[in-house]
Amino acid sequence: MSATAEATGHSHNGHGPDASKRDFLKLVAGAGAAIGVGAIAWPLIDSMNPSSDVLAAGSIEVDLAPVPEGQGITVIWRGKPTFIRHRTAKEIEAAKAVKLSELTDPQADSDRVKPGHEQWIIVSGICTHLGCIPVGNKPADARGDFGGWFCPCHGSQYDTSGRVRHGPAPANLAIYPYTFVSDTKIKIG
Amino acid sequence: MAGLHKSDVKNPVLNWIDTRLPLITMVQKEYGVFPTPRNFNYFWAFGALAMVQLMVMIATGIFLAMNYTPHVAMAFDSVERIMRDVNFGWLLRYAHSNGASMFFLIVYIHIFRGLYYGSYKAPRELLWILGVVIMLLMMATAFMGYVLPWGQMSYWGATVITNLFSAIPLVGSDIVTLLLGGFSVDNPTLNRFFSLHYLLPFVIIGVVFLHVVALHITGSNNPLGIDVKTPQDTLPFHPYYTVKDSVGICAFFVVYACFVFFAPDFFGNADNWIPANPLQTPAEIVPEWYLLPFYAILRAVPSKLGGVLMMFGAIAVLFVVPWLDTSPVRSAKFRPLYRWFFLLHIIACIVLGMVGAHKPEGIWVLLGRLGTAYYFLHFLVIMPLLGKLERPLPLPESISVPVIRRGGGPLPTGAAAKPMEKV
Repeated sequence: MSATAEATGHSHNGHGPDASKRDFLKLVAGAGAAIGVGAIAWPLIDSMNPSSDVLAAGSIEVDLAPVPEGQGITVIWRGKPTFIRHRTAKEIEAAKAVKLSELTDPQADSDRVKPGHEQWIIVSGICTHLGCIPVGNKPADARGDFGGWFCPCHGSQYDTSGRVRHGPAPANLAIYPYTFVSDTKIKIG
Repeated sequence: MAGLHKSDVKNPVLNWIDTRLPLITMVQKEYGVFPTPRNFNYFWAFGALAMVQLMVMIATGIFLAMNYTPHVAMAFDSVERIMRDVNFGWLLRYAHSNGASMFFLIVYIHIFRGLYYGSYKAPRELLWILGVVIMLLMMATAFMGYVLPWGQMSYWGATVITNLFSAIPLVGSDIVTLLLGGFSVDNPTLNRFFSLHYLLPFVIIGVVFLHVVALHITGSNNPLGIDVKTPQDTLPFHPYYTVKDSVGICAFFVVYACFVFFAPDFFGNADNWIPANPLQTPAEIVPEWYLLPFYAILRAVPSKLGGVLMMFGAIAVLFVVPWLDTSPVRSAKFRPLYRWFFLLHIIACIVLGMVGAHKPEGIWVLLGRLGTAYYFLHFLVIMPLLGKLERPLPLPESISVPVIRRGGGPLPTGAAAKPMEKV
């Protein structure tokens, strides 16, 4: 009955040109819908990525001129404490002289500073053990046996290159990405 | 295992789930094979559009809320930060503000469809009432949402509307203090409006669910306003109306996109780009366009309490429309006289909208009173009287008879042309 066929909307062409036309249309419609959903979903999800004001604060410039030899400052970069120490010539020598086989986390001092700017050591201020902030930047602070930093929580000690020499910490203090904008100014991040 | 439902799903994992929680079977029944009148026009797509738009508003709203700060000192700036610094923040904000206008446009057309085709008549009275509840919830949500950017219009619109409740005798000003959380619109008000603005859309989802359930119990109305008599009068919802609604959704998105990308501030009021100043009232305090007709009705009457009662009355009268209209015929297609009054009603609503946008001076006062008078006349006098007095056109025998007759095939035996169908 034409009326029934019309009402139920089915055709008996399971194969042949009508069926492949329908498959093609379904494919194109499905693809279009998927593109549409993606086009709507992406801005929603990307709005959760750091916004431009957060990204702008993600890079800071630090003026190194006020930091005298032998002393250090702590700055905040991306919410994390960052140690900047102006090393004396003796401290640089001591850092270079250490044998790599003695280190818990072997790394040469030259890999941890920028060429031509070896007097500046710029490291993360977060102990690699359980995350406390080691002391050693202020003149009155204890610096541990290796002249670098000393973590009061569980006794980890770092040398003048920020490498772990003693204690439960498994790794050296992390090096954050930075560049020298001029001899007395760095940009971190 | 006696009480378990027997699932027809082929895939064994899905069958296991469906036996215990028959969501797949339910969706197949309610949106797959569901018998739907075959003669829908595109006015029947607006319910689906409304559901899609509700989801768009909730999605954009949730992501906006990740960056918005509901404090009087920071709200305005947080919205500007969204516009300037948040990735696609401008898109989220414009999609949400223009989306609200689109949502109301869709819902108003959906309501006018109901009024024209008699979709509120028995047995769909409760379906209609649930719809009016949804409209009320939408108005409350939109009002509170508009306050959140904390611009001049946000602040003063909130002041005007919350002050309305002081018209209530005896307890009015205590109610206002309770609503405000203080002595004027201030931080407590903004905070609670943010909380409720986030909450109400989910209440709307609940009522929409009931609205769709009620619809599926009675079945849909159709442009002819006559009941479905045989399965030949219907089509399975999928693929016919899934595809037709998809076309509707695409057409809607084109209109929506035109506003969002090419005229995003079309519906905006310039005063809302000025941070709220409690010491300076703007020259004209106006709500967004979709609230203007009610605003006009509020100001039509010179009495404060009278205006408030009329405004709430304008919504209250919608609840009882199923009982106000006495016509035995559903669709205005067969009600030649009623169609003119329906057109007049649309004109009255548009005029009231324009009145709401202007100061209550000069010609606008008269137009506001005429519009309000006709609005109530239409529901309280014309609908009851016309049903009794009007002579409707003869109704067709069934939905499919005009279609099948053209293609051939005999009339169903024993069916003489019936001029009127008792509803």
